[in-house]
Amino acid sequence: MSKRLKHRIRRLDVSLWTLIVPPTVWAVHFLFSYLWAALNCAKVGEFAKFPTLFAVGTVLALLVIAAAGVIAWIQSRMPGDDPPHESGTDVDRLRFIATSTLLLAGLSFVAVIFTATPVLFLTDCR
Amino acid sequence: MLAAAVSACNRHQSALAPFGEEAASTRALTIVLLVGAVVIAALVAGLMQHAIRTPGGRLTHRQGMRLVLWLGAIVPTVTLFALLAASLPLMRPAPVSAADLRVRVEGEQFWWRVAYAAPGTSPVIAANEIRLPVGRTTMFELDGGDVIHSFWIPGLAGKMDMIPGRTNTLVARPTKAGRYRGVCTEFCGLSHALMAFDVIAMEPAAFDAWLTAQRRPAPPPAGRGAALFARYGCGGCHSIRGVGPDSAIGPDLTHIGSRRTLAAGILPMTTANLAGFIRDPGSTKPGVRMPAFPHMSDADAVQIARYLEGLK
Repeated sequence: MSKRLKHRIRRLDVSLWTLIVPPTVWAVHFLFSYLWAALNCAKVGEFAKFPTLFAVGTVLALLVIAAAGVIAWIQSRMPGDDPPHESGTDVDRLRFIATSTLLLAGLSFVAVIFTATPVLFLTDCR
Repeated sequence: MLAAAVSACNRHQSALAPFGEEAASTRALTIVLLVGAVVIAALVAGLMQHAIRTPGGRLTHRQGMRLVLWLGAIVPTVTLFALLAASLPLMRPAPVSAADLRVRVEGEQFWWRVAYAAPGTSPVIAANEIRLPVGRTTMFELDGGDVIHSFWIPGLAGKMDMIPGRTNTLVARPTKAGRYRGVCTEFCGLSHALMAFDVIAMEPAAFDAWLTAQRRPAPPPAGRGAALFARYGCGGCHSIRGVGPDSAIGPDLTHIGSRRTLAAGILPMTTANLAGFIRDPGSTKPGVRMPAFPHMSDADAVQIARYLEGLK
């Protein structure tokens, strides 16, 4: 990754709002999965043979979560003072939120995969 | 307590003694989960003991974090995903074709209305006993006649609710002939616990012969029992096809004599039990909809019972 991109990522604003991006994507994907299955079964009457829209939605969700995770990973390694990073400084605050975001991104990534898996197995509207 | 636990083991009503494909795969999954849980618990306990006995400082911070990442995140994620992938196929409904037998079962307080519909024929009405052909797919169409009931044949397949105004389906495939039992598993009133049914899995040829016999109406009424049945107005609620009016309020009695139990799987089919149940059904099944006949003499009740027993 180019130094300039890294530098730009480190200067991105982080807050509690960016912290909840991965779990929010997970929640939206969860809702999307249910709506997609229900609408598809109700309108078409049978399960889609090639769930294109669902696959696109899932890949999109995974990409957003992965991007949030990569950004958080870079931000969490912001050079600063020595550990433990527990002071009220800007760098420590950034590293704390970034690490939390990274962990949430990992959880959300796995959760989206777990939510999507049934579509591969339950190819039935009953 | 051991006696209670052992008494729960039986062959005719147990998810651990499957006679159908779905119940067998559920049991296999249960065993995998149970053994897996024990192995994981033992590993975690062993690791904990090892950690407690190991002097501090054996791992660097980095090694410790790596241990947490692997044992705390990656291994559980992969394990859970494997379990999900292993269990999901079991939730996939079994395939059904238009040629498969359909059995419509309606839960009533406190009995089961049953209708067998083989393709291209009119349904055969029965009650309180379900017979199934081994090796063939059967689709149950389940409905609640009055309140919510739940249909469960533990050895055959999972539970399915019976909801008034809605038809739920359950696909099953028996693999072993024999006599089994099903129960209501949703509290539905006073005699909920007394609402069961016999399940008889039969070889396909025997089943076809049985269904043909069930399709036939009852023999023409003869004898005092039949006359008493009519005089006491039993036909107002109970149908005996070919005899008297068609009524669908109570269980169909056309072939009641061929059933093994009485009162929805509760009493053995004997003359004494039948006569007693006719006079006072509430003493066997509290809250039952059928009225008592206290003014009926014992002799009359026995005559009716003999007539019903003869309806094979």
